[in-house]
Amino acid sequence: MKAGMKFAIGAVLIVGSVGYLMASGIKRTGQYFLTPSELSKKLAADPTFYDVGMKVGAYVVPGSVTREVATQTMRFQITDGSATYPVVFRGLAPDTFTDSVEVVVEGRLQKDGVIHATDVLAKCGSRYESVPKA
Amino acid sequence: MTLLGSLALWVAFLFGLWGALTGFLGGRRERGDLIASSRHAVYAMCGALFVAVVALEVALFRHDFNVEYVAAYTSRNMPVFYNWSALYAGQKGSLLFWAAVLALFGALAQALTARRHRVYLPYVGAITCVVAVFFVSVMLFGHANPFARLPYTPIDGNGLNPQLQNPGMVFHPPMLYLGYISITIPFAFAMAALLSKRLDADWLVAIRKWTLLSWLFLSIGICLGMWWAYVELGWGGYWAWDPVENASFLPWLTMTAFLHSVMVQEKRGMLKKWNLALIIGSWLLSIFGTFITRSGVISSVHSFTQSNVGYFFLVFLIVSAIVSFWVYATRLPLLQAEATLESMVSREASFLFNNLLLVGIAFSVLWGTLFPILSELVSGTKVTVGPPFFNQVNIPLGLGLLAVTGIGPLIAWRRSSGANLRRQFAVPAAAGGLTLLALLAAGMREFYPLVAIALGALVSATITQEFVRGVAARHRQYGEGWPLAFGRLIARNRRRYGGYIVHAGIVILFISFTGMAFKTETEATLRPGETATLKSPYGWTYSFTHQGVSQYAALNRQVTAATVAVARDGRRIGLMTTEKRQHVDAVGRPTFQPSTEVGIRSDLREDLYIVLAGVVDGTEQTVFRFTINPLVWWVWFGGLIVALGGLVVMWPGGGAPAVRREQAGYAVKLVAKDAG
Repeated sequence: MKAGMKFAIGAVLIVGSVGYLMASGIKRTGQYFLTPSELSKKLAADPTFYDVGMKVGAYVVPGSVTREVATQTMRFQITDGSATYPVVFRGLAPDTFTDSVEVVVEGRLQKDGVIHATDVLAKCGSRYESVPKA
Repeated sequence: MTLLGSLALWVAFLFGLWGALTGFLGGRRERGDLIASSRHAVYAMCGALFVAVVALEVALFRHDFNVEYVAAYTSRNMPVFYNWSALYAGQKGSLLFWAAVLALFGALAQALTARRHRVYLPYVGAITCVVAVFFVSVMLFGHANPFARLPYTPIDGNGLNPQLQNPGMVFHPPMLYLGYISITIPFAFAMAALLSKRLDADWLVAIRKWTLLSWLFLSIGICLGMWWAYVELGWGGYWAWDPVENASFLPWLTMTAFLHSVMVQEKRGMLKKWNLALIIGSWLLSIFGTFITRSGVISSVHSFTQSNVGYFFLVFLIVSAIVSFWVYATRLPLLQAEATLESMVSREASFLFNNLLLVGIAFSVLWGTLFPILSELVSGTKVTVGPPFFNQVNIPLGLGLLAVTGIGPLIAWRRSSGANLRRQFAVPAAAGGLTLLALLAAGMREFYPLVAIALGALVSATITQEFVRGVAARHRQYGEGWPLAFGRLIARNRRRYGGYIVHAGIVILFISFTGMAFKTETEATLRPGETATLKSPYGWTYSFTHQGVSQYAALNRQVTAATVAVARDGRRIGLMTTEKRQHVDAVGRPTFQPSTEVGIRSDLREDLYIVLAGVVDGTEQTVFRFTINPLVWWVWFGGLIVALGGLVVMWPGGGAPAVRREQAGYAVKLVAKDAG
């Protein structure tokens, strides 16, 4: 067999494994990224859409945040204007998390209608830019 | 000063246009007067942008808050030191910084390029001008002029984001920018070679050093970025596969691929098309990276405010991709390979696999970064992938790459004989195998760390063998003492042995990355006097005893500091402090969100990493997160070795000039004789 041919087989093997790793990686680790209204729509279309890993991007409803420092539990509501979901999160919130900030909540919506978050990212869309003064 | 700054921008804009015009025309018509004029235009543009940078810095240091940019990123009570870094803290200033650094690189390319490569310079100048003009026009026409004034003068400015008030931030962005921006020069040379149809081996020599320089800056920038993320962001790691991190990693991967495959072109006249595509691709990826950090199309912790500046970059990216690949396509017939692959067991083949793996990693990183957008386009629902995806894909590919790093240097060019392979592989293979057995015997069962460390041993043995043989040969041949032989070996073959030093750094990095597979973590709410314990992966137990909280005011912040006494297996090893900082303005009003100052105690084995998560109001009851991160020190050390190796390769003078292809056959024989 010619060297070029052998190399082609090796190349196909590498490209194939890259492709396989990517495809399986997306299948295993991909998460829906939804807004609250998209989540409501999904729920309406598929009433069993509970306990699915997802990320929800929305704004924190101002004044809805309650924290219990001792148990590190935080409850708040997120909204995109048309749909609102309560969130419960046990863990350390990022420095940038406050009322009315844009957040990405990673977790699962349970039957109780609450998103049980495993992670909360405060998407300070302007990390390098300062917050405009009111 | 702002008038001067704006004026300087306009002057740079006009000089840039003139330089582009005269460069293209002069190169095409081979008219000396136009070529000279284009060169002068590059120098003038560089000067004008330098004036603009100075003007902005003067405004920043003078607290001229009537300038919007100054008011947005500095304040009176900020450490003076950081006024400098406010230059690139915001969108507008960083555009200016980009353009100025690019013009500087363009001018250096004009001034430093060796005489025999001067034929490319008119096009190189023209292309740097086009890119710089783009950046200047974004400032002038995209509502991003850093010299814009406010209708009133605020008493004080907003101040710099506290997370940027870190010494790392003074060095990390400029380094990264230097890497990003200097890719334009090799790209300009590649386009110049294509446009002038001078596609012999010469252009490669001209751009290799520039690519290396850019690669070096990018490597240092990425490492500093990891360090900044680790000490400042407080989530406990140094790499999160954030889109912006990925954006800096992508051109690094393609440039690394280029730096390897370029050797195949030099020695064997193969891979010409591939190499040009890699350079063009690296540059496009750098513009792509700039685009995603500035447009907000992909959510990232790093992104600048969403703005229409992103559209400028998108259009620029698309237009440059079309133009450069069109030029590339029309020149393809001139890029025929001069040789074919003779054997799978050859250095060429191992470089090819190295390239495939690097590009494969780059592709998967790009795919993962863009997946939210792609999936939304295809299916209407955004699907995101995070660190698990990138780790799952890239750990196996990275280990494959590590294996090639160990194997490649052992295989001769063209083809290797069985006897040669046995002689070359005996020691490295034994080292890898024995390490694997030793680890298994020691009870390690984690698959990836086992493979990584065993391969690391193999690569280290390869590198050591190369050094030992080289030094021994010099010792025999010239009777040099061992240290002298070692020094001269590196000095006389900087590319080869510098490259091995880089490989050694990469091995250290790979092994230190495995440390994160063993990290342990606990969260605890402690009253003063209470203790939390955490078991280290090395088997001992750390106990952390809360000593109490203190609050005080510092220069521009209110600090809440918690102190913890740390003991290892009951023996006290010291105190650690972690802080929560609320930055305030000159009259004491809070600015920005509170930021965390992580307490870190680092030694060669592991880092203790303590985050103050919060204090229960009115008490000293404190929430901590304690993390043990093994081998983190080695990440910084490995990065340092990579940078050192890169410097050795780049160091000017000395060493043999790049082997010309006419002599390559001879060189190969020498190498083969040396090895066999």
